[in-house]
Amino acid sequence: MKQAYTWSAIAVIVLASTTGDVLLSHAMKQVGDVGALWRQSGLWTVLRRVLRNPTFLLGILAMTMAFYSLLFGLSWGDVSLIAPAAASLTFVTNAIAARIFLHEQVDHRRWLAALLVAGGVVLLAA
Amino acid sequence: MTFRKYLVLAGVTLCASIGDSLLSHGMKQVGNISLSHWTDVILAVLNPSVALGILLLLGFFASYMTALSWADLTYVLPATSLGYVLLTLIAKFFLHEQVTTSRWIGVLLISAGVGFVTQGPALTHPPAKAQPREAAYEPASSRDKG
Repeated sequence: MKQAYTWSAIAVIVLASTTGDVLLSHAMKQVGDVGALWRQSGLWTVLRRVLRNPTFLLGILAMTMAFYSLLFGLSWGDVSLIAPAAASLTFVTNAIAARIFLHEQVDHRRWLAALLVAGGVVLLAA
Repeated sequence: MTFRKYLVLAGVTLCASIGDSLLSHGMKQVGNISLSHWTDVILAVLNPSVALGILLLLGFFASYMTALSWADLTYVLPATSLGYVLLTLIAKFFLHEQVTTSRWIGVLLISAGVGFVTQGPALTHPPAKAQPREAAYEPASSRDKG
């Protein structure tokens, strides 16, 4: 039963942080190249445009949810299982979500990169 | 990809791994915080390592957002996972921890992944709704497809 709790916590963390990453990435593409915008109109314009972006704020909300579900998960299960499992799975779910929602071209090279990094993260925690 | 953009990616990697190490180091100095004295966690920021760690994590977030403003999510995430490799090297050479063979294989896998993704283009789709005056700064690869 405890394992079911742990894995559902991992699922919630992965779902929330993937949602957060996709929303934040989408928001920053709406804002545009931060470096160029900064040189052109100053830091204040950059900050205002980022902080007024509703997608950015939703992304922060999702990231906050991911953080708190990590805290909950850690109170039920082992840090050595939850942290690497969530980090590793997030690389894979992000590749899927970025392809569907952000229309990124996830080619063989990027799939391979996501899987290699996900595998590497698991081994680092082993 | 300009030199400046590689610097931003390096900033994401360095701030995340060094920030995490400092937080971990600082919180071990602070010691266990019991749930009945949970407000002690607020005082933990008075520890210099914790304070510096938080500062670096803010730097991480700023450089991560900057990178996402001109590169794909599926580019930024694998490219900055070099931080895990860095953490392992810090553990081995500065903290003198023992690093097992399976961890070294993990380091190799991550490095290979980073190598694969950084050979390709950073941006593969036209930005969602970039205002016209930023359009001039889009990389050529995204303009071709748009």
